[in-house]
Amino acid sequence: MKYAFFPGCSLESTAWDFDRSTRAVCGKLGIELVDIPDWVCCGSTPAHATSAALAVALPVMNLQKAQSLGLPVMTACASCYARLRTANYKVRTEPEDRRRAERITGGPYAGQTEVHHVLDVLVNHFGVRRIRAKVEQPLAGLRVACYYGCLLTRPPEVVAFDNPEHPIAMDDLLAAAGAEPVEWPYKTECCGASLAMTNAKAVGRLGYKLLTMARQAGAECLAVACPLCQMNLDLRQADAKANGDIPQTPVLYVTQLLGLALGLGRDELGIEALTVSADSLLAAKPGASS
Amino acid sequence: MTRTVLWGADDLLQEVQDRAGTPVGACFQCHKCTTGCPMGPEMDFLPSQIMRLVHLGAETEVLGSQAIWLCASCETCTARCPMGIDIAAVMDALRIMAIQRKVALSDTHGKHFNRSFLGSVRRHGRVFEAGMMAAYKLRTLDLLADVGKVPGMLAKGKLALLPHRSGSAKEVRDIFRRAAEEEREP
Repeated sequence: MKYAFFPGCSLESTAWDFDRSTRAVCGKLGIELVDIPDWVCCGSTPAHATSAALAVALPVMNLQKAQSLGLPVMTACASCYARLRTANYKVRTEPEDRRRAERITGGPYAGQTEVHHVLDVLVNHFGVRRIRAKVEQPLAGLRVACYYGCLLTRPPEVVAFDNPEHPIAMDDLLAAAGAEPVEWPYKTECCGASLAMTNAKAVGRLGYKLLTMARQAGAECLAVACPLCQMNLDLRQADAKANGDIPQTPVLYVTQLLGLALGLGRDELGIEALTVSADSLLAAKPGASS
Repeated sequence: MTRTVLWGADDLLQEVQDRAGTPVGACFQCHKCTTGCPMGPEMDFLPSQIMRLVHLGAETEVLGSQAIWLCASCETCTARCPMGIDIAAVMDALRIMAIQRKVALSDTHGKHFNRSFLGSVRRHGRVFEAGMMAAYKLRTLDLLADVGKVPGMLAKGKLALLPHRSGSAKEVRDIFRRAAEEEREP
């Protein structure tokens, strides 16, 4: 298995731990990643809120680069994933969007390059059964709330590897890793995403709502697959607490938790980058304390 | 809330439908978008009210609303709309129209964030967080917001002091220029 990897801007800075753990997990499973040379920003929300042309052209520029590698694309950031998939959708369904993107990028692109999220690759391409067979240190007894956020499952006609209202890919993956995913109702509620910059108070309110519900459902930690979800719930957990008391709740990338189960070391997974430390939680779980 | 909205020209509905590529006119006010909107509590107009105001041609109210800048683009409304209206795309179209028409915005944070972010991408080909945050703070004068988080982020290696420049940064500048040319209003 081999993919053209699109890391995206967050994975170079605020989410370097997602980058490291994604590469480590893929390496351990024999999934080969080739970085897209000279990749550029997907444009994220500021592009689609500013210019419809730019919002398609920036992802297309990356998809053209991936096409020359002849590989499907894998990305870890949920926002990059949604922008690349949306650009493919527009190019495939709107001839005028395609022509405009080709004029702007100066090259042909018909939407041939497939784009997958790392969660999709692990669960649906590699397979949960094969992952279960590779678990060395089961996360026995770890009660985790799997938090998918918005862009992995919405809009369903663009992303669509899991159910938009009740996704289960991450739950299945972490159950295979020996953890105990809890049932909870806010799997796909929004954390506020980039509104953290423009309306931190609202993001604190949403963080409080999510963390409280995860705790009420019996979770000791959250698993996420998006750099913005992670930052808003971990780095900004103090802002969430301005709305009421919540116990310190570690928020880990799904690749960090899976990596521990696969026997990878904490430094290989960037566990030390968490703002709310997972050390005491993991120390209490014999399987996860490698 | 009592507020009188005068019937406006019906070309607002047509223009929003064209820009967003979605049938806003099909909205029958079921309020499903509003029920699921995570930002509803902060909004001056709820998503379903924005749809209705577009029907009514109430351009001043819609383009001047806070709601269009409070939308988190989470796409919950889009995924759930029984009429298949891409409400998140409508919010994008309204933000773009508000900027192009130089409407007096009731909340300029979103505009300044988008400019700071895209300015960083245009310069480096990728986002340089520290530079983007500095540009945003200068534009909004929210100088103290989040400064308490900076030492922790630096200690954890989560805030780079130098940009990671893409080898294709120069082409990105050309893409910004050509995208602007494509969208220049006649």
